[in-house]
Amino acid sequence: MSISNIFGIAASAMNAQMVRMNSTASNMANAGTVGSSAEEAYKAKRPVFQALLQEHQLDQGAQFLGGVKIIGMVDDAEPNKRMHDPGNPVADKDGFVFSSNVNEVTEMVEMMGAARSYQNNVEVVNTARELMMRTLDITKA
Amino acid sequence: MKIFDTAFGLHEKALNLRAQRMEVLSQNIANADTPGFKARDIDFKNVLNNVQGSSMRATHAGHVRHAGSAGAGSGLLYTVPFSTAVDGNTVDISVEHAKYGKAAAEYQATLRFIEGNIAGVRKALRGE
Repeated sequence: MSISNIFGIAASAMNAQMVRMNSTASNMANAGTVGSSAEEAYKAKRPVFQALLQEHQLDQGAQFLGGVKIIGMVDDAEPNKRMHDPGNPVADKDGFVFSSNVNEVTEMVEMMGAARSYQNNVEVVNTARELMMRTLDITKA
Repeated sequence: MKIFDTAFGLHEKALNLRAQRMEVLSQNIANADTPGFKARDIDFKNVLNNVQGSSMRATHAGHVRHAGSAGAGSGLLYTVPFSTAVDGNTVDISVEHAKYGKAAAEYQATLRFIEGNIAGVRKALRGE
């Protein structure tokens, strides 16, 4: 049943885009946080998408071929900025704090991209649903 | 009943194939942001010819079947992209959307043909 597979494929993509949007929200929320070392400071998170195209992936939880799967989250490689803020309770012994490496502009663009891709898949589902209903109506012909 | 086996003719196979093509296109749209994904499509005419059994038949022991023609797999081909993203993705979302819309219209067209066939069979059965 090809038409009903479309629902699953689009759903997996919507799910992936939702995770992407969630990680963007998390990044935005943590944009202003600081840490006492570069390792401790927040790093922007991004999901890694992978296409489910191989048959063996069907054994690993995929219900259909062609959807999207998130294989992990990676930290943004951008270095955390060091700021002098001796009054901050988390400042190190030299009075420095490390800010998160979140770039708000990048995150906004990511969010818009995720929203658009989500909408695209909603559109796909709508069309497939209409066609399915029309196919059911064939008996009325 | 022979009448029902052939009532829909080619359209029955075409409808299946059109649904398959829509699935492939939906995969492209779903993977629009997947790094390294290559957009694919089905060569409808070619595959339908193969499904149909084509007009070329091996009617003699000496006839040689062309390697590519027998079944010819799923007929999945990679599309030639207008542009490739830095991450190796070749999905052109606007193109895929347009294709998907057209494929949906074609699916409906095939449905119409089948509806016509059904109406024809009904009329014949009623015998008015």
